[in-house]
Amino acid sequence: MQLIYEKSVAGRRGVKLPLSDVPAAAALPEKLLRKASAALPEVSELDLVRHFTNLSRRNYSLDTNFYPLGSCTMKYNAKVLENAAVLFAPFHPMTALLPGGVEFCQGNLGMLYDLGQMLADITGMDEVTTQPLAGAQGEMTGILLISAYHRAKGNKKKYVVVPDSSHGTNPASAAIAGYEIITVPTAPYGDMDIELFKKAMTDEVAAVMMTCPNTLGLFNPHIKEISDIAHSHDALMYYDGANLNAIMGKVKPGDVGFDVIHVNLHKTFATPHGGGGPGSGPVGVKKALIPFLPQPRIVMDDDGKFLLEDQKSVSIGRTANFFGNFAVMARAYAYIIMLGREGLIQVSEQAVLNANYIKERLKAYYDLPYDMICMHECVFSASKQLEHGVHAIDIAKYLIDKGYHPPTVYFPLIVKEAIMIEPTETESKATMDAFIEVMIEAAIAAETNPQLLRDAPVTTPVGRLDETKAAREQNVCCIG
Amino acid sequence: MATMYFTKEHEWVKVKEGIGAIGISEHAAHELGDITFVELPKIGKTVKQFDVLAAIESVKAASDIYAPLSGKVIKINEALDDAPEIVNESAEDAGWLAWIEIADETELKNLMTHDQYNEYLKTL
Repeated sequence: MQLIYEKSVAGRRGVKLPLSDVPAAAALPEKLLRKASAALPEVSELDLVRHFTNLSRRNYSLDTNFYPLGSCTMKYNAKVLENAAVLFAPFHPMTALLPGGVEFCQGNLGMLYDLGQMLADITGMDEVTTQPLAGAQGEMTGILLISAYHRAKGNKKKYVVVPDSSHGTNPASAAIAGYEIITVPTAPYGDMDIELFKKAMTDEVAAVMMTCPNTLGLFNPHIKEISDIAHSHDALMYYDGANLNAIMGKVKPGDVGFDVIHVNLHKTFATPHGGGGPGSGPVGVKKALIPFLPQPRIVMDDDGKFLLEDQKSVSIGRTANFFGNFAVMARAYAYIIMLGREGLIQVSEQAVLNANYIKERLKAYYDLPYDMICMHECVFSASKQLEHGVHAIDIAKYLIDKGYHPPTVYFPLIVKEAIMIEPTETESKATMDAFIEVMIEAAIAAETNPQLLRDAPVTTPVGRLDETKAAREQNVCCIG
Repeated sequence: MATMYFTKEHEWVKVKEGIGAIGISEHAAHELGDITFVELPKIGKTVKQFDVLAAIESVKAASDIYAPLSGKVIKINEALDDAPEIVNESAEDAGWLAWIEIADETELKNLMTHDQYNEYLKTL
């Protein structure tokens, strides 16, 4: 396929604009004036429409096919939620910040306030900030809150403890905030080794960052004990909300001892992601951390009016402009309102049932390193297939040929040749059965015709990409 | 002939006359897959045994590399900046990462010999 620049023909236009009757740039200084025309592609409207329509047909999305990308919760984003976002579109994002502006956007502020209250209820926290723009920024915000808490108390803290199954962003956020990382290995029962954890804990530990259920899709049965040990050292418990879809309405992280949580609205609460974002990573905290939350906070006065409170004294400061990704929150708000408490419980139950269905049907064909009831995702290893020289990546590429987005591969790092499948609650049994059949085909092909897998994909616009060359010889430039 | 010792985290150190050359084992290089970037320590940096010395990124993952012994970095393998693939091609020779002036040779008791390391690999 040609680039749009390669389709360019000098002088061709989609739209002919009338000549300007305003004196050309008289007020602009000479040094700001363009010497040559901008190097834009010159194409007709029809060329342009065909170009982008054809490009879009090469795209893969949740709206075209099943997308079982583990740890990403690629659930269907109902189209009705778009209406909620559009409703708020006429309001200028500066409105609330103008003198007297809050009078004109009570609905907007109220939506953010209510969303915060609902998320606090779901997660068992006391207050939520909606500012963080995505999960990783939520983590960063959370760690800065923890750091501010310890500073205010005069605690001397040096370390953050993470299990070795953690998302890479956990230790990365903690390291950026200036902490050293202590990694605790996973025990054979699939969760952080409780005895090694006890040894790692000292009064110098600032926080323990956990995902629960973890990246193996397993709920940690020791979680309360872990929180109690952490608290005995005045270390705070951080909950990575990536896997919240597994436990909504069943367990509140706040009830089992977590002090700070980030929620990925773009995962659990059905807003677009995977190239279609942006994300949104609200952060919830327990009471002791409220003073440090980003400002301005939205508060409700005794008359039910929403106000902005801006007390900068101990706050970690703003983490984003305009209260975060507002339109994303409007979609998530609508999602929660439409499903209600019972609906959200059903979401978690169905997500867990679906993952267990796939796990049970595939475990005869793929090694299951932690063979127990899983939560919303299951992690296989391609170790059986490796005996025939077939890697997880080969199976992933074969799935592309069969019309499926591959599951997450090579994560979590503690499972060799990991294949991590998260179907979510929005897929039907028929869709999962079709996927399972293709996974079984791949397992059989690994034994009978491994080359078929190693050659995949053959149906895509480009075959295997040279990932090593791309990473080693980074050469990014603009055409022009 | 320098004697080679290994850590459980798959680093090696070749010890000769108070100097230790450090790298990662062939097993580790193979497990990491194609290496795309090596973050080397600064010359003059002092490290304690089993502290983070360097980092290696591959197409699969980013991994910390730990110092097998305490000491001061006196030389780094700058060739890896442009050609990190040397670690894949020759992990236990040309793909060395850094040389250190060894602070305390008694720490060698915490390391494995080549034979012990090979036995250890069988248990993984």
